[in-house]
Amino acid sequence: MSDSVKEKIFKIIAEQAVLDVSDVGLDSTLEDLGIDSLGLVESIFAIEEAFDIQVPFNANNPTESEFDISSVASIVKAVEGLVSERA
Amino acid sequence: MHRVVITGQGTINALGTNVEDTLQSMREGKCGIGPLEFRDVDRLSIRIGGQVRDYAPESHFNRQKIALYDKFTQFTLLAANEAVTQSGLSFDGELAQSSGVVLGTAGGGVNTWDDNYRAVYEEGKNRVHPFVVPKLMNNAAASHVSIEHNLKGPSFTVATACASSNHAMGQAFLFIRSGMSKVMVTGGSESMLCFGGVKAWEGLRVMSRDACRPFSANRNGMVQGEGAAVFVFEEYEHAKARGAEILAEVVGFAMSSDAADIVMPSKQGAARAIAGAIKDAGLNPEDVAYINAHGTGTAANDKTECAAVADVFGHHADKLMISSTKSMHGHLIGGTGAVELLACIMALREGVVAPTIGYEEPDPECALDVVPNVAREAVVDVAISNAFAFGGLNAVIALRRF
Repeated sequence: MSDSVKEKIFKIIAEQAVLDVSDVGLDSTLEDLGIDSLGLVESIFAIEEAFDIQVPFNANNPTESEFDISSVASIVKAVEGLVSERA
Repeated sequence: MHRVVITGQGTINALGTNVEDTLQSMREGKCGIGPLEFRDVDRLSIRIGGQVRDYAPESHFNRQKIALYDKFTQFTLLAANEAVTQSGLSFDGELAQSSGVVLGTAGGGVNTWDDNYRAVYEEGKNRVHPFVVPKLMNNAAASHVSIEHNLKGPSFTVATACASSNHAMGQAFLFIRSGMSKVMVTGGSESMLCFGGVKAWEGLRVMSRDACRPFSANRNGMVQGEGAAVFVFEEYEHAKARGAEILAEVVGFAMSSDAADIVMPSKQGAARAIAGAIKDAGLNPEDVAYINAHGTGTAANDKTECAAVADVFGHHADKLMISSTKSMHGHLIGGTGAVELLACIMALREGVVAPTIGYEEPDPECALDVVPNVAREAVVDVAISNAFAFGGLNAVIALRRF
């Protein structure tokens, strides 16, 4: 897990959740952090902008998207995958 | 309290450039959704929509008019001409002064915004056409209809996102019922199918890339459409005295606000609007045979709408028909309620209920008779049309067979 990807995502999620970065853990779910469906869409937008990637995500079936949002760790992993595909 | 009837209807949308072609497509369950065709569509990730194909403004309007009319105004004028012609009315003297036009649109002249932002930002131009403002303003269509048909009474535009047309038609109904107007030209239009319009919607992540499949378990979002539908609402005694053909009676209307979330729908808010329209019409829920659903094809809308219908109708929910014609013409946003009212009138007049096409898998959360894929013959005495907007603003209109 690359530190820079992880750090950036923690920052994005903390900002969305109005929390300190230290309150975000790899095992946290977005629900734990109080991020609702609109917050999720905004977080994904921020991730796309930060890494210059396209995240495959449809709000109609968030759990069935190829992009795994079940925890912060899964988001970091999925973003790392997309970043390496781009490189 | 005056009775209100419909004596004219007109439309242009992805299913047809007039009412008869549109209804024929609905009877056949034809899909008007296909690949979008406009500048920079390759930069979009959503590339389908219910576009009006082969539309050529120059075959309807001269060069001066085209310079003044955004596409949403053009669509409105074409639909209004068809409706007013069918009604047989001409507006002079006192009738003109007590007749107005109330229309719905969410975005107004979106193509005009898009073209001119492109000119100044992308192309670096420092000058725009003198008519940009009168072309893009949301009330442009209503004003041009009033000019074209000499409507001098109460006239304005309503913008409540996806419920705009229903709110507009509700106002028209209330004006006539209260005695404030004799005739109201009403409905709505939308034309957001351009790069900026679709790009904005992409951001919300609620659009489907392949099809609009309302109520189907595998639905994956909404698909945008464009066009207009316009009606002539008339005071009953006035219509009767002149021997007008009456298409249907408008019997009830209700509005509600969820006061909850800017995008997520609320079952309670929707149910209050549905129940309110039935009560306003002096009817019982059992009298309703057909509901033209809001039915956007998003996960959230369709299950919330079905739950609201189940709450209002109880056991009768299993007996009524509910279909979403958005599966065929797409979601016309501010114009959608108007195009969908055509399906209600068809059900009442012809006994043909338009289907929900693209229906592939039953969803236990939408376990109602959604008239899947094929139109159905049925006697319909009362039909209602639902519209539930972003922002939680709901408007439901009730029609009765005449």
